[in-house]
Amino acid sequence: MITRNFTIRKSDIINRRMFIIGAAKLIIFGGLIARLFSLQINDNKKYLTLSDKNRIREWKLPPTRGNITDYFGNIIAGNLKVYQLHIIPEQVENFNYLLSRLKAILNLSIKRIEKIKKERRQLKPWESLVVSENLSWDQFLKINNYLYELAGVKPVMTISRNYPFSDIYTHVIGYVSQPSEDDILANEVIKEKFVPGIKVGKLGLEKTLENDLIGVNDIQRYEVNAYGKRINQLEYQKGKQGTKIRITLDTEVQKLSAELLEGKAGSISVMDIYTGEVIAMYSSPSYNPNSFLFGISTDEWQLIRNNPLKPLINKTLSGLYSPGSTIKPIVALSALENGIIDTKFKVQCKGKIELYEQTFHCWKEKGHGYVSLNNAMKQSCDTYFYEVARKLGVDKLKITAEKFGLGKKVLGEYFENEKAGQFPDTKWKINNLGKGWVLGETLITGIGQGYTLTTPIQLCLMTAQIANGGYKIQPKILTDDNQLTSEQVKKAMEDSKSNDFYEPLYDDQKNIRIIQEAMFSSTNEIMGTSYKSRIDDPKYQFAGKTGTAQVKRISKRERELDLKTFQIPYEERDHALYVAYGPYTNPRYALSIIVEHGGSGSTAAAPMATKLFKLIVDRHEYRKQLPEYKDFSI
Amino acid sequence: MYHYRRLNSDISFFQKIKNLDYILIICILTLSTLSFFIMYSTDGGELLYHSKSHLTKLVVFFILMIVISFFNIKFWHYCSYFLYGVIILLLVWVSVYGLKASGSQRWIDLYFLVLQPSELMKIGIILCLAKYYHRVSIDKVNSFLSISIALSIILIPAIFVISQPDLGTSILIVTSGLIILWLGGVKIKYFFISFITFLISLPFIITSLEPYQKLRILTFLNPDRDPLGAGYQIIQSKIAIGSGGFSGKGFLQGTQSYLDFLPEKHTDFIFTLFSEEFGFVGSVGLLLLYTIIILRIIQIGSISRSSFARLFCFGFAFAIFIYITVNLSMVLGLLPIVGSPLPIMSYGGSSMLATMIGFGIVMSAKVHNQQTIA
Repeated sequence: MITRNFTIRKSDIINRRMFIIGAAKLIIFGGLIARLFSLQINDNKKYLTLSDKNRIREWKLPPTRGNITDYFGNIIAGNLKVYQLHIIPEQVENFNYLLSRLKAILNLSIKRIEKIKKERRQLKPWESLVVSENLSWDQFLKINNYLYELAGVKPVMTISRNYPFSDIYTHVIGYVSQPSEDDILANEVIKEKFVPGIKVGKLGLEKTLENDLIGVNDIQRYEVNAYGKRINQLEYQKGKQGTKIRITLDTEVQKLSAELLEGKAGSISVMDIYTGEVIAMYSSPSYNPNSFLFGISTDEWQLIRNNPLKPLINKTLSGLYSPGSTIKPIVALSALENGIIDTKFKVQCKGKIELYEQTFHCWKEKGHGYVSLNNAMKQSCDTYFYEVARKLGVDKLKITAEKFGLGKKVLGEYFENEKAGQFPDTKWKINNLGKGWVLGETLITGIGQGYTLTTPIQLCLMTAQIANGGYKIQPKILTDDNQLTSEQVKKAMEDSKSNDFYEPLYDDQKNIRIIQEAMFSSTNEIMGTSYKSRIDDPKYQFAGKTGTAQVKRISKRERELDLKTFQIPYEERDHALYVAYGPYTNPRYALSIIVEHGGSGSTAAAPMATKLFKLIVDRHEYRKQLPEYKDFSI
Repeated sequence: MYHYRRLNSDISFFQKIKNLDYILIICILTLSTLSFFIMYSTDGGELLYHSKSHLTKLVVFFILMIVISFFNIKFWHYCSYFLYGVIILLLVWVSVYGLKASGSQRWIDLYFLVLQPSELMKIGIILCLAKYYHRVSIDKVNSFLSISIALSIILIPAIFVISQPDLGTSILIVTSGLIILWLGGVKIKYFFISFITFLISLPFIITSLEPYQKLRILTFLNPDRDPLGAGYQIIQSKIAIGSGGFSGKGFLQGTQSYLDFLPEKHTDFIFTLFSEEFGFVGSVGLLLLYTIIILRIIQIGSISRSSFARLFCFGFAFAIFIYITVNLSMVLGLLPIVGSPLPIMSYGGSSMLATMIGFGIVMSAKVHNQQTIA
């Protein structure tokens, strides 16, 4: 009986206690459901986003760069389909065997093979490994022939930059290559669009116009698993090609410039004297920008770097030269403007003058006799300009020189490497050299030697502004849809008395005419320094001024020897310069030519102008028609 | 001879079939079907290793459950201590010869099944203590000796399991055991006192934990502490469950698991996958199914005449409840990660075997509910 009671008591306890935990269970299950509710209903959006972030990954592809064309729409920096070879390691059965097969088919170097092996170790097995960035068509065909036995090999077609005119535009448009860390850090746009395989501008317009040219990435959205492997493509978002850029240069003129300077170091610049459009801008020697696209080989790089003619320097914009006699139009103009001289003013040239216990030589030892302005310009008489400079003073000369663009950057914003050059005056010398100005320095400044340093493009601008009647122009390298034509600008300048849009650089336009005439004489009259290079046909006839810039002081002994150019060591030869504009009766274009160590301006530089003007004037016929079909397709 | 007769029941075979608890069977079958489909989903929608193996185990162990239920509950009472002893021996065996995997030594390879004795101990402890409290008279329950024996029954296996090391299972064993103590009538004040003692000694316990166990607790307290390392599982699990939403992403559409973001999706995190694919509705439905099972087991317990059957049923119901609570709290980010499977749903033979044996004994209690045990 007792046992039975105990049993009942036991059952009671068990049941009562079970009831207590039963209640606890309900509460706990309720809590779990509440938690489920908070996660799945309340925070559903948050977790859905997180889940998508987990599984969806974007792959940016390199954007297609905008084309760059010349004035006539010829593509000078375009995009080319290239064939690449990728390997997907996880699909390869025997990696070493595959590499040896590829080595045989593509003639890969052992160094390249080692590099591929190294790269493979850094990649996930499903990421593609680039074996060759640029297969030739033959290689591409060959690979396709063997494809059935090369598991894991994937020929890929992609887009790459291409410079069809090879080296003639290198200094203008530059080139693209893989971005360095600095490139990425310096440019937010590159940073944002960076993907492996992207190419960015390293030099020239490719660099300065990077943000316009770069374009918008294509984006692929993939679903990925936890290890980052792509499972399937969800979306393909097409990007946008970069903005096309049309520059003002004319490929034909650029080609001729390259031809004329072949084998020489130097520069040719041609400019429209009304619109300021640069027609040609060639620095010689140049180099092939296509070499940089897939990484230049060490050998080729060394060849470019060690070339004594210095192809890497853009001589047009950053080459600094004494202007030599090409400065004389400015000296004469400054003297006329300041009322120091008139056309009748004459100086007797005896071949040299003794001043301040120094001897200043004229290039012509025998002297020119009595010369007036026109004659002095024509024959480039140094003695005359010594005297004019002495009377004028360097400070006044500098004001005129700066007005005409010397000592200032010409295309500054587009080219990081452009140099401003310098035009000295008394203040400049005190500030920069800490010494007082010596009068003798005024004299040599008057013939373009001494401290004066100019770039070829500055000389071109200077000449253009003399040629257009003394109006300031803004040189440009990019076309502008709202640009007035050369003809329209010319008209505007001619009745610019009431028009302050084109700023006159003169006090009296008569003085500009005098200089123009003197430059005409220098080229087209007998005894003129560039008489031999003249063109009599008025359609092409041009006016110019030669210059011969000494690179070192000529010693007394050398003066006595009177060596011919080829007898002097290359580095000691004079730079040959020539500035000109034409056609004389209706001027359109100005140019500057410099041949480093070319000897005298009249023999080395001026003859090039003859060929150039023939082409430039002919090309003008095409050029002036163009703005009417502004929207031609590129 | 006498023993033999005593262990045999008086009811016929057909009567036994009739007496089987069909509500429980339907619930278990439903749960098994669900678990098969969800396993099929973890295999990426193909009939691969996990789903095939899971299916085989379901079938074999379900049959085993039915077979167990045909044995008289008296028989199970009779061999409770024996089974407990056998499992203790297995634990000893494991600690010496067991298979090692990811730093712990828990398994015995039986060729057709890799057995984890600690899982069996979850049932063993309930059986053993149920018998113990069945036999202890009510006035001696709170004696020092009685409580000491009961505690030793719990602590001996718990120490073996914790030294494997397997914190999760040992916590479950201890909890299951303690609940029988509670049901058996041990004074509430003892529970209260030991709970306070536990809280006080908690810092000392924590310092003695394995580094990976400490890391799990820290991670639980702040999963974002190391999102790609230790916190990864819990964050991914919460993302999967949360992104399931009201009605889920759909069967075979769970991106988190399909794309391998979910770790241990076959085993401890099976609920995460289920919840991602079937959403709030599915999850609550699953909890409801478990609740029906638990309530049914409690009901069977309460109609049993013997204290042993009653204690076992209540204990087992509570154990299942604890398994579910611990597992769900873990995947929902409410508790630290302490490897504990979800009954029937999770992949893993030992756990399923133990659960099915439990169901079988419960079923036996139902079939022989009029059986008294002296």
